[in-house]
Amino acid sequence: MKAFARLFAAIDSTTRTNEKVDAVARYLSAASAEDAAWAVYFLSGGRPRRLVPVRRLASWAMDASGIPDWLFEESYHAVGDLAETIALLLPESTESSDAPFHFWVEKRLFALAGLDEEGQRRIALDAWRDLGGTERFVWNKLITGSFRVGVSQALLVRAVSRASGVPEATISHRLAGEWKPDADSYRRLVAEGSGQPDVSNPYPFFLGYPLEGELEDLGAVGDWQAEWKWDGIRAQLIRRRGSTYLWSRGNDLITERFPEVVAASEWLPEGTVIDGELLPWREGRPLPFAQLQRRIGRKNLSAKIRSEVPVVILAYDLLELDGVDVRERPLAWRRLRLSELIGSANAESRILVSPVVGAAVWEDVRAARERARAMGSEGLMLKRNDAAYGVGRRKGGWWKWKLEPWSVDAIMVYAQPGHGRRALLHTDYTFAVRDGDALVPFAKAYSGLTDAEIRELDTWIRRNTIEKFGPVRAVRPEQVFELGFEGIQASPRHKSGIAVRFPRILRWRKDKPVAEADTIQALRLLLEQTDS
Amino acid sequence: MSKIDLLRITDRGLYCDAGDFHIDPWLPVDRALITHAHGDHARWGSLRYAGARDGRHVLQTRLGESADIETFDYGEHLSMNGVSVSFHPAGHILGSAQIRVEHRGEVWVVSGDYKAEPDPTCQPFEPVSCHTFVTESTFGLPIYRWAPQSEAFADIAAWWRTNAEAGRASIIFAYALGKAQRVLAGLAHLGEASFYTHGAVERLNRDYRASGIDLPATTYVASVPRGHDWAGALVLAPPSASGSTWIRRFGAASTAFASGWMRVRGARRRRSVDRGFVVSDHVDWPALMSAIEATRAQRILVTHGYRDPVVRFLRERGLESDSLASRWEGEGDEDVMPRGEEISE
Ligand SMILES: [Zn+2]
Ligand SMILES: [Zn+2]
Repeated sequence: MKAFARLFAAIDSTTRTNEKVDAVARYLSAASAEDAAWAVYFLSGGRPRRLVPVRRLASWAMDASGIPDWLFEESYHAVGDLAETIALLLPESTESSDAPFHFWVEKRLFALAGLDEEGQRRIALDAWRDLGGTERFVWNKLITGSFRVGVSQALLVRAVSRASGVPEATISHRLAGEWKPDADSYRRLVAEGSGQPDVSNPYPFFLGYPLEGELEDLGAVGDWQAEWKWDGIRAQLIRRRGSTYLWSRGNDLITERFPEVVAASEWLPEGTVIDGELLPWREGRPLPFAQLQRRIGRKNLSAKIRSEVPVVILAYDLLELDGVDVRERPLAWRRLRLSELIGSANAESRILVSPVVGAAVWEDVRAARERARAMGSEGLMLKRNDAAYGVGRRKGGWWKWKLEPWSVDAIMVYAQPGHGRRALLHTDYTFAVRDGDALVPFAKAYSGLTDAEIRELDTWIRRNTIEKFGPVRAVRPEQVFELGFEGIQASPRHKSGIAVRFPRILRWRKDKPVAEADTIQALRLLLEQTDS
Repeated sequence: MSKIDLLRITDRGLYCDAGDFHIDPWLPVDRALITHAHGDHARWGSLRYAGARDGRHVLQTRLGESADIETFDYGEHLSMNGVSVSFHPAGHILGSAQIRVEHRGEVWVVSGDYKAEPDPTCQPFEPVSCHTFVTESTFGLPIYRWAPQSEAFADIAAWWRTNAEAGRASIIFAYALGKAQRVLAGLAHLGEASFYTHGAVERLNRDYRASGIDLPATTYVASVPRGHDWAGALVLAPPSASGSTWIRRFGAASTAFASGWMRVRGARRRRSVDRGFVVSDHVDWPALMSAIEATRAQRILVTHGYRDPVVRFLRERGLESDSLASRWEGEGDEDVMPRGEEISE
């Protein structure tokens, strides 16, 4: 645990990618294969679910530190993170443990799952006695299922490559798919040679950067392919050795969630990998994303939900053909093969080629983007015809050009302190629109203000609190903000009857009086525009 | 409470009716007794000031050349309209004092800011018995617990060494008055290091040295010619220099902030510095509780920080306690120092 905590502290105390890579590589070089396997698991975002109810943990911590619950609560509000609050409040550790990381994970962390409350308490207290400082913080994050660390997959790949001497491309490919955190997996990961990964393994996804500057800066329109950017689940469809595997971009194997897509893939030739988007689809256009969420949320995939929310995969790209990795071929070539492959499918098909936007001049592309909302798409992707299919987010070959979000002018009605980085300031706000004389809350937003604005607003909030409910303050409805959001849909669960997707603050409209803020009717109008 | 309190809050600050003086007033008054030279305690514009003698240079710098400041030895008694007043070491910064006020056998002590840890740049905190203790509560939550400062200084030294080996400068952001000097003194043993200072820090270094405090040699950054190689330099700068154009000259330096707030990860990250070192000039929670106990006061008035939790905690332990509002509240993330405090270069 000591070495892993040191690794965490090293990553946490720098924003320089190189230093992070160094720290991870240093850890991996020194660690046993068992420990390294778990480090890879946690650094790539692996998170066991919460093993001990938080309330339970908090109450043991209060007992151990002799602190009344209200003072614990106050402390939590100041810290903004439960695992950290507990780590800070507990008395100093009296022992120190040299047990390796995999021991802590396998014999302590996962042992919690099978124990009764008393057994869990004993493990927690022993751990707190043996672990101090950062080690204790990391442990608490692990048992509360909230361990997170600022390491991207690309960074991890570089570090593993540096520690092992195996090329990044090989590591990247071997890491794609589900990671089994054991010594053998780690040994296979860093083994020399180009050793074939598992038959089910996807390729790393290639991602676009948001477009910078003007379209014209990209050069000739003829060098580019513009296609719709869909708001579904980005996925890879793999057909190898007579089986189909469906992977999400989050590296989840989701084959079983989409039997109709799997069935449709059976005619695909051996050794085919397609990159595309899973979408709820009816009559040639996508259904709202919420429909897909509804379907994913179901434990049992009933025939009813399957007929209500039919799903297709819209194919963007071809990554493997006849068992050969074709990612280095130019996009135009891959696209042609993709059309040949899928174009031969029948009309009822669940696998479609995502259409490209024909454009003779850049103006055509601009015009297409204007139509995106009506198409149920969230904007355009611009891909160079000669670009290879890369790894991760790289500038140059692919650009995403999303729609400007919708926006409304809304009034702040509640505020509460943020967490983590912003625990001492009010940074979480609730916004309302006007409905006659009443205010109807409809969105929460966290981001979009500068640090200076956050401080200014925080001071204003403290001086203009009408009422407090725990950490939440009701404030005088006087401040107007322009909120942007990506989508809007009817929602009976919300008081306003409307739910917006990814709301964020675009601007603090100090110039706007409350009387000129938007109304609920304005939101309903936006909703109608999307439904049409 | 039937009788009038010896000290009470007015719109200008803490006031003693019997002695006709204010303590750390935030608006100009005739007679101001000052606990220490930080900007939230020593405000400009009063007619006459009184403070502890050790602080005379820093007070004069902070209040201006023309300010009328009378200073007294720690423990020396002065009489104000028959009220006996004395200054006692608070251990916070050079010249910081608790102010003891005695009238007709009743004793109040106003702590100002204070810490219990040893600090080579000022006299150590001295508990003073009293009936009513007015205490600060900047770090009045049990999450604030300082490790022995030798650990923090060892961490700083190790960080500097790593940077020096990588050919980088190390920049420590620390409050220009008090913290910066304490950090310098704490790192004095790093014989190999060259210390550089921002103008705001250097100005106060001068006052500290003039007051007889031993600080390692420092070089004023502005006096260094352009094109200097900053590899291995250890730079002390006020927090306001963070993110300013001033720090660009150091190239790919590593940055750190020295403050009690750095105990909490969120505060550390919000500062967007590479490292946070927990070095505080205020009492932590355990020291706050033992300081209160050492005064043997029956009544504790809590100001300046986490007032409510401290009051509630003391009440639950059977003490009489109330919160005393001052103007300097709600500055959660600052080391309770207003903006004007940091003289920029
Ligand atoms: Zn102070
Ligand atoms: Zn203060």
